[in-house]
Amino acid sequence: MNVYRSVETTAALPEVGQRERESSSHQDRGALLADPWFRVPFALTVVAMVAALYAIFVYAPPERVMGDVQRIMYVHVSLAWLSYLAFFVVFVCSVAYLWRRDERWDAAARASAEIGVVLTTLFIISGSLWGRPVWGTWWTWDPRLTTTAILWFIYVAYLMLRAYVPEVPRAARYAAVLGIVGFVDVPIVHMSVTWWRALHPEPTVVRPEGPLMPSEMVVALVLASVAFGLLYVTLMVVRVRLERLKDEVRYLQQELSLRGE
Amino acid sequence: MAALVAKDLRLESRRRETIAGVLVFVLLVLTLFLFALDLAPGEARRLAAGVLWITLLFAGLLALGRTFAAERDQGTLDGLLLAPLDRSALYLAKVVATVVFMGLVEIVALPIFAAVFDAPMLTPGVVFTVALGTVGFAAAGTLFAALAAQTRARDVLLPLLLLPLLAPLLVAAARATDDLLAGAATPTSAPWWELLIGLTVLFLGTAVLLFDTLVEE
Repeated sequence: MNVYRSVETTAALPEVGQRERESSSHQDRGALLADPWFRVPFALTVVAMVAALYAIFVYAPPERVMGDVQRIMYVHVSLAWLSYLAFFVVFVCSVAYLWRRDERWDAAARASAEIGVVLTTLFIISGSLWGRPVWGTWWTWDPRLTTTAILWFIYVAYLMLRAYVPEVPRAARYAAVLGIVGFVDVPIVHMSVTWWRALHPEPTVVRPEGPLMPSEMVVALVLASVAFGLLYVTLMVVRVRLERLKDEVRYLQQELSLRGE
Repeated sequence: MAALVAKDLRLESRRRETIAGVLVFVLLVLTLFLFALDLAPGEARRLAAGVLWITLLFAGLLALGRTFAAERDQGTLDGLLLAPLDRSALYLAKVVATVVFMGLVEIVALPIFAAVFDAPMLTPGVVFTVALGTVGFAAAGTLFAALAAQTRARDVLLPLLLLPLLAPLLVAAARATDDLLAGAATPTSAPWWELLIGLTVLFLGTAVLLFDTLVEE
């Protein structure tokens, strides 16, 4: 609304913030470390990460053919599960936002999309690092790699869309549409590229006949996944809180500029 | 809805330069491909399907950019939204208009592609594939054109949003066309036609559900 005014009003903001703080209704909003919703997942993440590192590098045996390189798999596979989860959360929050029109759903979708893009980027990089010594190439057009690349493009576009539409209710609606259509599109992308190319190792953990790897490896993989899962939760808590604070700042700015008239 | 389609098409026919422009663009891209690839006579047919679909995709983006531009520039979208009709009719009318528009371009472009690549592109199979691909493209494209039209930097945003989602469409349409150019009656390497139909239905379905939220306000 008053986009042009926001520059001059930012100067007046700290004062309002102060008043809010004195009235003490929002006192703890900014204090991240004091919040149990942050502290508990954060502490668990640290513990799980240490345990996962021990399991990956000490507890799990080296793979017979690939040797130590195979240890990337624990991180890679965990990142893969997590990035799909993150985009699934975007989908669910997008649907919930369009249905309920509550900005909290949109903040969660925004946060999860951003974390999902970071996880997918790491997932692709870790896969490349593994692919180079094992397959002899950084990248191939294998179905799963191709699907992941397309997935990455879709959600980068999602973040671009958010950057290009500054007005929040409109950006939220547009992004929700993309969050839904994008997620629905993923199985079809996967199907099309599977028919197009078929080199990636077959699933060795989630199989009807039970896992194909020694139990130490399964333990390491599960621990790594749990650690990354907790990291996701911690990041979500921080990001959602940040998005909510941004929303609040925007409201205050609007309110101030209205009052200034 | 028929009235809406008729309106869009009448507008386009009065501005023949748009369709001529897109057609010339198709021929230009084709020529540039031939310059860049520098094909020997035997190689041309192998690349024909890929070049055809990339060209059609780019031309389609150009056409889509137009579909909501006039409405936006002249403020007629508000009028349409005030009219007592279902919003999804507005979407479907735009899809039909885009399909007809692209169809006219393709009717002229396909024989030229067939001649340049010396490939059997005028068989019922290839024409059917092009038609399926065009409908799928229009279904997804119209939804995102409506979205991008209301943003700044819409020319950058539309391809960024649309092309990753259309990756399966490009794979299916290009592979199907390739199979057919190799002499098969129907696509042989995979059920590509079914995939194109499924994709189109999926895009149409989600778009009809979601179009409302894009144009509200």
